[in-house]
Amino acid sequence: MREILDELEARRARAHAGGGDRRIASQRAKGKLLARERLEVLLDEGSFEEWDMYVQSPDGDDEQIPGDGVVTGWGMIEGRRVFVFSQDFTVFGGSLSEAHAAKICKIMDQAMKVGAPVIGLNDSGGARIQEGVASLAGYAEVFQRNVLASGVVPQISAIMGPCAGGAVYSPAMTDFIFMVRDTSYMFVTGPNVLKTVTHEDVTPEELGGAVTHTTKSGVADGAFENDIETLLQLRQLMGFLPSSNREKPPVRATQDAATRTEPSLDSLVPADPAHPYDIKELIHKVADEAVFFEIQPTHAANIVIGFGRIEGHTVGFVANQPMVLAGCLDISSSKKAARFVRFCDCFSIPLVTFVDVPGFLPGTDQEYGGIIKHGAKLLFAFAEATVPKVTLITRKAYGGAYDVMASKHLRGDVNYAWPSAEIAVMGPKGAVEILHRDVAGDAGKIETLADEYRQRFANPFIAAQKGFIDDVIAPRETRTRIAGALSLLRGKQLENPWKKHDNIPL
Amino acid sequence: MVAGAQHWGLIGMFDRIFVANRGEIAMRILRSCRAMGIGTATAYADPDQEALAVGMADQAEALVGITAAETYLDMGKIIAAAKRTGADAVHPGYGFLSENAEFAAACEAEGLVFIGPPPSVIGDMGDKLTAKAIAANAGVTIIPGGDVALTDENMATKVAGEIGFPVMLKAAAGGGGKGMRVVWDEPGLAEAYGSAVREAQAAFGDGRVFVEKFIENPRHIEIQILADAHGNVVHLGERECSIQRRHQKIIEEAPSPLLDAETRGLMGDQAVDLARAVGYRSAGTVEFVADQQRNFYFLEMNTRLQVEHPVTEAVTGLDLVEWMIRIAAGEKLDFAQNDVHMDGWAMEARVYAEDPVRGFLPSTGRLVRYREPEQINSDLRVDTGVCEGDEIGVQYDPMIAKLIVHGVDRQAAAANLASALDQYVIHGLNHNIGFLQAVARHPRFVAGDLSTDFIQTEWPEGFAPTVPQGDAYRHLAAAALFITLREGRHDVGGLWVVVRAGGHGDQYKLEAAPIEGGFRVSEIDHNAAVDFLCDWRPADPRLEAKVDGGEISISVERAGLDIRLRHGGFDLTFHVLPLRLAPLLARMPEKIAADTGKFVIAPMPGLLISLGVVVGQEVKSGEAMAIIEAMKMENILRAERDGVVAKLHVAVGDSLRVDQQIIEFE
Repeated sequence: MREILDELEARRARAHAGGGDRRIASQRAKGKLLARERLEVLLDEGSFEEWDMYVQSPDGDDEQIPGDGVVTGWGMIEGRRVFVFSQDFTVFGGSLSEAHAAKICKIMDQAMKVGAPVIGLNDSGGARIQEGVASLAGYAEVFQRNVLASGVVPQISAIMGPCAGGAVYSPAMTDFIFMVRDTSYMFVTGPNVLKTVTHEDVTPEELGGAVTHTTKSGVADGAFENDIETLLQLRQLMGFLPSSNREKPPVRATQDAATRTEPSLDSLVPADPAHPYDIKELIHKVADEAVFFEIQPTHAANIVIGFGRIEGHTVGFVANQPMVLAGCLDISSSKKAARFVRFCDCFSIPLVTFVDVPGFLPGTDQEYGGIIKHGAKLLFAFAEATVPKVTLITRKAYGGAYDVMASKHLRGDVNYAWPSAEIAVMGPKGAVEILHRDVAGDAGKIETLADEYRQRFANPFIAAQKGFIDDVIAPRETRTRIAGALSLLRGKQLENPWKKHDNIPL
Repeated sequence: MVAGAQHWGLIGMFDRIFVANRGEIAMRILRSCRAMGIGTATAYADPDQEALAVGMADQAEALVGITAAETYLDMGKIIAAAKRTGADAVHPGYGFLSENAEFAAACEAEGLVFIGPPPSVIGDMGDKLTAKAIAANAGVTIIPGGDVALTDENMATKVAGEIGFPVMLKAAAGGGGKGMRVVWDEPGLAEAYGSAVREAQAAFGDGRVFVEKFIENPRHIEIQILADAHGNVVHLGERECSIQRRHQKIIEEAPSPLLDAETRGLMGDQAVDLARAVGYRSAGTVEFVADQQRNFYFLEMNTRLQVEHPVTEAVTGLDLVEWMIRIAAGEKLDFAQNDVHMDGWAMEARVYAEDPVRGFLPSTGRLVRYREPEQINSDLRVDTGVCEGDEIGVQYDPMIAKLIVHGVDRQAAAANLASALDQYVIHGLNHNIGFLQAVARHPRFVAGDLSTDFIQTEWPEGFAPTVPQGDAYRHLAAAALFITLREGRHDVGGLWVVVRAGGHGDQYKLEAAPIEGGFRVSEIDHNAAVDFLCDWRPADPRLEAKVDGGEISISVERAGLDIRLRHGGFDLTFHVLPLRLAPLLARMPEKIAADTGKFVIAPMPGLLISLGVVVGQEVKSGEAMAIIEAMKMENILRAERDGVVAKLHVAVGDSLRVDQQIIEFE
């Protein structure tokens, strides 16, 4: 028996040695952690159980390394089970072989069975070229599982090295993507090919680095300083999510009373309607302990999305941001928020929506880019969502954008407004210019008429008279009122009509 | 600290006082009026509509307008507003119209009693040249130079040469540091003269400037006087206001650690003589500059309530506003010079919205979190006009509050100041709390070794928070760990590593073990352990703990993994991780900050009033490149390196955001 145990130790040691000292040193020199080290950071201490450590590709001409470039298994995050895979760049550059793909598929299948999230740590040079179509088949097997798991268990990706070509499509179909600054990149076609084909000269960082994907493209949801920060933030995110669509999100005890009032919110909306303010202050002052985990903070910043808790229960915040583009809806912000709303709806996370929206961003860019379809995504997402929906209009809610932002008419459960709310078809000046073409050019008259319009329409009471607003509340009591509404709605039951699936305007 | 409320049913006392000011001083005056049972009124500019003072006054009139010029400085509007409220007297506070003889006269002409000195006295003392002549005649010691207004650069050079460098350029009409320049040698004179004249013109509408001897290591000491309409004049001792930045006071105290009884007596007598000579009435301040040997020279007389008046109130027990009102109502001083006693020591720190690490440039924004020190005993007073959620805008003075402490002696007062500052929490904009904390703990400050160039001498490269050593670092690291444990609902225990965000060199390895009311933190590999007793809860912006028998207050700001702690002039951001991750953490690469040296950026929001360079021009490090006006101050931006101008991103007259690119180098 002793000998057999020794043999086990030796085999484990061989698997742990990965691609050997030279490749390990090279990985470390880049400031990157090794595949198993990353799991040590991600998972609770000692909780990782590795599966398929001895899997290797069928005998061929090439060298054999147990594990075949990916470490898979399951472990705990704050005491809750998650399945993980972590690609090992030291082993064949983390390239994806048939066996490598099969390991990933195995944990995904298990995750679906037991109802636990899947977290993928990506660090791979791409397909195992020697394997040819078998490697491509491996990718597709993973893709198929990503699709089937979507909306059943949360799927999270961290990009911690290269992720190029077809490999990008697995993370692309997961719920959230985190990237490490300076050491990770994602693109379908790399800089070398780009240079030959289109003569574009661009660095990998510019083409698909963390900054590119968290500002320009919106492909990624967060960029972090290094491997450790990325993985610790991922742990934070997991704390908000349920393990699957069969469970409710975890509830976290808090000493932050629902009755906490915030007098300073009374002065959040400036007296001058043209003056911006930071909607995140409202989120921070409403959420438990001021904790707000923002998703895509630097992309389409005219809308703010992310997770927080109220009375310990996870909520998804969606809020127009008056500080950026006056909080207008545009293509990027509609897409960003729509996907977030659908995620929350998949996983029973109530939506809290703060509205200060002057309308849709006008312009040829927007129209040619298809704002009609993209704006419809957000409308569709809010309308189909059956989770509790609590909406608060802080200031402007103009035109179609009023309808879109989780209005009463889209099955909003509880819709509040601050006294500063202006719910109308358009702003006073625009309305006067259309309604009173005869006074065009007379600035004084326009101003007088605009004031009249403001008195008559730019307030929450017309909407409240029709029941579109359930109550007009004092800003300082916002947390208490929202907490009350969410508590009321914990027993909400609502189902959409049966269908194979809907046809959201993609 | 101030005399208690009394009832004023006396004939001759005012029915309603109109406060022609804003912010903390408006609140201060309203408080005294209330305590005296006098009705109150005020008026406000548009941005102040929701201000505390507006809510506190019995009546408030809208001035309609935004800038100071169209509101608080508009005599016509102010007097009309005062009359609408039915007030019978006007208190001007400080700044704005407080030292405007025309305004004082206009009040009187409209039948409103001006709570201050007679208009002629304001006029005489407001002109520095006249003031000096009168003071000299009254036997007050005068500084060499400064007797003639300069007409041009040549004259400036000639007069300065006669007095001998270094010299000081000063606005004839000015105060508060505007239009003031120190010139060390002849070549610097031209630029300084031009900008002093411009600034004086802009601030006071009077471009006259004079030059006088500049005293090295000077100390600013001033005498508070009270004079009634019946010929009685007393002085209430001195205040030392040597801690200044950009020629503006930030920490004041009473008494002065420099003075002995004899000098105090001499200065007091001169101040009283001057007051008599000009026929002074009301509260006033005679400012002196003193050298380290206690030679003192007259600077100017301020014919109003000073910002720093509370330190005098704290040591004398008198309410200066109350006395200004009583004197204006014709009452006699009911005490004599012999009755005035200074009890203990008082200090005041001015809390400003400004950025000490960027040369104290003004900052603006919303007070997202604002928490004043708790009233632990009667030795603490906070005078402010704002509360959480208020906005500090670009229009007016960026002072947030005045923190006044008292102690039995200077040491006790300084210790009270330091701990009160540690309790202060301000989130949402840049402020000078950390800087004030650093001054309050500075050995030279604690020793009373002051001079008006204290800040320049001690922080010649500008202020930057330092990293504490020893116990101070241990306590902050322990606080970061405590925060992590409380937020994570971890059992209070375990093995941890505390590092500063961005730096990986100094891992601090700690073991936490629960004890009653907190935890014991021991340094792994060392024998040091501290007991950290604390009842902090997540999201509380202030952490208070008992550590090693002492008490500390720390300002806490959280974002993601970052735990930002500010205390005692230190400003550190920590990350706390399980100890098992320490070896991995040590391997994380240090990131180099992006090079922004290619650009000259706006250090604050403001108006670009001058661009001194053109594209293609070669500039030397230190050369003036642009002037931004903000808060009515001209701020000169100098090249931080040699280079050639490649591009100008903005034009004169543009409004700039903070960090906006102005000039790009090749």
